[in-house]
Amino acid sequence: MKSKFNKYINISMVLLRFWQTSLAIELEYQLNMLIELVSVLGNLFGSLFILSLFYKSGPLLGGWNFFEALIVLGIYMILEGITTSILAPNLSRIVNHVKNGTLDYVLLKPIDSQLWLSLRIISPWGLPSQLIGILLIIYSLVSIQVDLSLFNILIFFTCLFASSLILYSLWFLLASTSIWFVKVWNATEVLRSILVAGRYPMSAYPRGLRTIFTFLIPIAFLTTVPAEVIIGRVSNEYIAIILIIAAIFFAISRRFWKFALLHYTSASS
Amino acid sequence: MSMASISVNALTKNYSVSRKTPGIKGTLKHFLFRRTETITAVDEISFSIQPGEMVGFIGPNGAGKTTTLKMLCGLIHPTSGDVSVIGHKPHSLEPGFLKQITLVMGQKQQLLWDLPPLDSIKVNAAVYGISPRETNNRIDELASMLGLGNELNRPVRKLSLGERMKAELLAALLHRPSILFLDEPTLGLDVISQVRVREFLSSYNERYGATMLLSSHYMGDITSLCDRVILIHHGQIIHDGSLITLTEKLAPLKSVRLELNKPQTRESIGKYGLIEDYTDTFAQLLIPRKALTSSISNILRDLPVTDLEVSDPPIEELIRQLFESGENLSI
Repeated sequence: MKSKFNKYINISMVLLRFWQTSLAIELEYQLNMLIELVSVLGNLFGSLFILSLFYKSGPLLGGWNFFEALIVLGIYMILEGITTSILAPNLSRIVNHVKNGTLDYVLLKPIDSQLWLSLRIISPWGLPSQLIGILLIIYSLVSIQVDLSLFNILIFFTCLFASSLILYSLWFLLASTSIWFVKVWNATEVLRSILVAGRYPMSAYPRGLRTIFTFLIPIAFLTTVPAEVIIGRVSNEYIAIILIIAAIFFAISRRFWKFALLHYTSASS
Repeated sequence: MSMASISVNALTKNYSVSRKTPGIKGTLKHFLFRRTETITAVDEISFSIQPGEMVGFIGPNGAGKTTTLKMLCGLIHPTSGDVSVIGHKPHSLEPGFLKQITLVMGQKQQLLWDLPPLDSIKVNAAVYGISPRETNNRIDELASMLGLGNELNRPVRKLSLGERMKAELLAALLHRPSILFLDEPTLGLDVISQVRVREFLSSYNERYGATMLLSSHYMGDITSLCDRVILIHHGQIIHDGSLITLTEKLAPLKSVRLELNKPQTRESIGKYGLIEDYTDTFAQLLIPRKALTSSISNILRDLPVTDLEVSDPPIEELIRQLFESGENLSI
């Protein structure tokens, strides 16, 4: 028990050091903050504009009213923020580690290599998007008079955690393939553009796409299902489904990484 | 069980590579019908290294040095054969094993480019679970051994190559590994920094009894640090022993320089050995190793010698000749 506890203390020390150093790098470029803020606001107004066009023809989009659809958009913006803060800076670097051979140094550290590769860097530039996402959700929940009880907030964060984990696992899975396909394949960018489909409720899409987004690439579980749980469109048991799916994807990503490492040949000089 | 730090038995690594002919046609063909073939990078090599030994690992590019080093530290899974490093199977990458080894690669850096080395070093300290106070002690100790001072507080991008390499060594040795794998640690360094790095490695070895396996293209690194060399070519070990015996194998002839106080004819000198260079009061001869002592005593008896110098041809030269001679190596 004690050694387990020490291990977690040690990991949090490591993360602290990780994030100290990465913030030190990021904050060298203050202008980034402004650019990021402008781009987040641009994105937000673009999405709002499109959404308002949809609602011009009627009060419902695939059975969702405007404020309910805003919650989906809010969750999307939070995930987008998490992507900018953690997923993109870390996972898109895996390809470079493989290409430059610096993955060797990571693998030879007495720490889980997946942990290192996934959480080495944290970037503050995802914060605006996360904040706006949260504000959007609070505003919508108040507008449709959902009770903001502690229990609901807890459920909301559980859902958010699970959907981030699904997104992370998918992304890490794709990034792992760079062990074989060095430089040919920057799959992570592809995933990021598919994620855009999560801006709007799934039922707004035609049936074919909906099936793909539910079963093949679980975009539905990233934004729509969490939103349905929060609004109370589906029962709370759905949380269990999202959590199980997240756990499965996470387990697959770990397994796959171990498998990929068996094939790692290390860039030669 | 032997007490060796590193023991390797019939270690083999095969790669499968795809063949591609140049041009558009070749590319299409490569895309449609990929043909792979197996290349043996390391071919059943065996050796063992005792604790505290410093062994030079030499061979031409593509001989299998880096592949072997990476199998020894666990990055590459062997195709067949056994490796044991301080009693561990390296490719399991157990933390207990990783805390005792390090890999330093001259052409790849682990320090973060935009930050001072100290920041990266402290990340390593946290990863290896070294307490802050102990970390500071170790940094002070290693920095003074390396001759590093304020450089540790300047961003890596502003350091010279030599300073950067020294900082890399500090980062790689903070956890006091007992096994060091060094792949071209002095690559691209100027002569002064090269000597500095060598001196450091030698004193680290003395202080901690660390075992080192060092590959380098600079024979100076090998001659000044390693009594033993392993020469690898086409994935096979063709010499494992002292540097002196390697020289003897490679160079059966010694070179003898003579200075004379009276001019001598070419013929009178030529009977002692093969003349490489000659003026009437100076000569350079090649004499077989076995006949060396008798020839020299004859020369001293017969000729008016003012100065005599016996030397081996430089090892760099020998190795270069060896690798240029190509496929048919027979030593």
